[in-house]
Amino acid sequence: MTETARPPAGNTPRYPRQARRYALRLVSLAATLGLWQLLTSLNVDLWLRFSQFPTVADVARAFADRLSGPDYWTDLTDSLTRILTGFLLAAVLGVATGVLVARSRLAEDLLGPLLEVVRPIPAIALVPVAILLFPSNEQGIVFITCTAAFFPVLVSTRHAVRALTPVWEEAVLTMGGGRWRILGSVVLPGALPGIFGGLSVGIGVSWICVISAEMISGQYGVGYRTWQDYTVVDYPGVFVGMVTIGILGWLTSTAVELLGRRLTRWLPRTSYVPGGRAPRAREARPASVTARPEAKQEVAHDQLV
Amino acid sequence: MTSSSEVRPAQRGRERAGAGLALRGATLGRPGVPVLEGVDLEVVSGEILSVVGPSGCGKSTLLRTLAGLLPPLVGTATQDGSPLTGPAADRALVFQEDALLPWRTLRANVELPLAISGVPRNERRAQAASWLDRVGLAGLARQLPHRVSGGQRQRAQLARALAARPRAVLMDEPFGALDAQTRAGMQDLLVEVLRGTGATVVFVTHDVDEALFLGDRVALLGSGRLTAVRDIPRPRDRAAHDDPAHVALRRDVLTSLSI
Repeated sequence: MTETARPPAGNTPRYPRQARRYALRLVSLAATLGLWQLLTSLNVDLWLRFSQFPTVADVARAFADRLSGPDYWTDLTDSLTRILTGFLLAAVLGVATGVLVARSRLAEDLLGPLLEVVRPIPAIALVPVAILLFPSNEQGIVFITCTAAFFPVLVSTRHAVRALTPVWEEAVLTMGGGRWRILGSVVLPGALPGIFGGLSVGIGVSWICVISAEMISGQYGVGYRTWQDYTVVDYPGVFVGMVTIGILGWLTSTAVELLGRRLTRWLPRTSYVPGGRAPRAREARPASVTARPEAKQEVAHDQLV
Repeated sequence: MTSSSEVRPAQRGRERAGAGLALRGATLGRPGVPVLEGVDLEVVSGEILSVVGPSGCGKSTLLRTLAGLLPPLVGTATQDGSPLTGPAADRALVFQEDALLPWRTLRANVELPLAISGVPRNERRAQAASWLDRVGLAGLARQLPHRVSGGQRQRAQLARALAARPRAVLMDEPFGALDAQTRAGMQDLLVEVLRGTGATVVFVTHDVDEALFLGDRVALLGSGRLTAVRDIPRPRDRAAHDDPAHVALRRDVLTSLSI
């Protein structure tokens, strides 16, 4: 009896439920901003001192000013160019080296010790090396970003390649496939889920390093601007920089995540959704049913106006 | 190289004789870990040889050696008189399970050996479709392996192995993970699809009845060596089950395995 009563109640939520989740996320952001505004505008000084802190309104005003000026966009494109160049280089080099080290004993013996010694050095500590080696700052920053992302990609690629199921390779060998066929048809596609794990970590580390490197030695760039603002005591400017970094970082890592999910769609996924409902709702497609009454309501509102 | 150019004309595949495989005085296993010693075995062109033995007796090792994946530690492995130098497209291997590439659809899996042997794309597609049809998977061609049942995966593997028209098919307990009913169906399907290919088959199993149904001959493995090779009366005949010669052979095989 209760089972029959359930479906209508259970079928409607897909859109509302999704909307509620997005609403919840917005509420969380808004509450944080509200608290910030409250603490700073009231100049709260309870051990933590908010009296010197810029208010949300200050930051928003500074942000709007920056957006209309030319420097902001130059900074943005400079930083993005640096990180994308460095990250893409790191992705290619990391995957290539990881596969090589995992598949060849000679490569493992030749490169292994070197890589293990260099790996613990924080990429940002390579600033002196970058200054000595590269003719321009620009190349130095790309080098540091690349080094930072290289190791997570390398390590996860190496692990993923070593964990491949041996029968896949044996199957392709007994079809007459050679080394390159195995690389293209077994090793790379099979290691892709692991590789994307490394890329996700890598893009995060890249941001840390590109910003730090810009603070130390850049001309233009979001990190450079943020540090500049700090030295001239323009705190709202500093916060504009931080917000910019946050948004850019979030966008780029989401892009990597989405690309990874798209390329590894073949992975068998569990149908379990944390706190959610079974995927049955998706097939039921209640969307059109719920959409209609809403549309009607909107028409009604328009007519009232 | 020669094998791939030979494979291409589809009509000639039927006339091609199966490969004759042989092991002479061979010790098999991984370096330092011999599993089978003193193996002398001849697999005649075009026959189906069943191999039975308790688990861990080296059945898979024997098969991997014949495939060319594992060189013999001592002695020789030959195909039509010339030594095996490595795996090749004319000796296909069928595994117990999960050997399909999980990121390829069933059709793309069957197309892979054809792509490797250089069949042009359109022809590849058509041949893969006809093979999937022959094993009864025409409707599932676009599914990923993990979306279909274990029996269907093994059908796809069978299609993949036979697609490039190999001269020998080496099967490593291909139906071992299936339930009894699916299994009998798969045995009939195997007999059906092998008809007309002329391929030599080495079929490894731990199921005596399966071995005696499918094989022209049965090779028995046990305690680190090849203990006997026996002819099977009335192979691939379900009615042969009550045949006195069949019953006697079955009893012999079972006693030799239990020692």
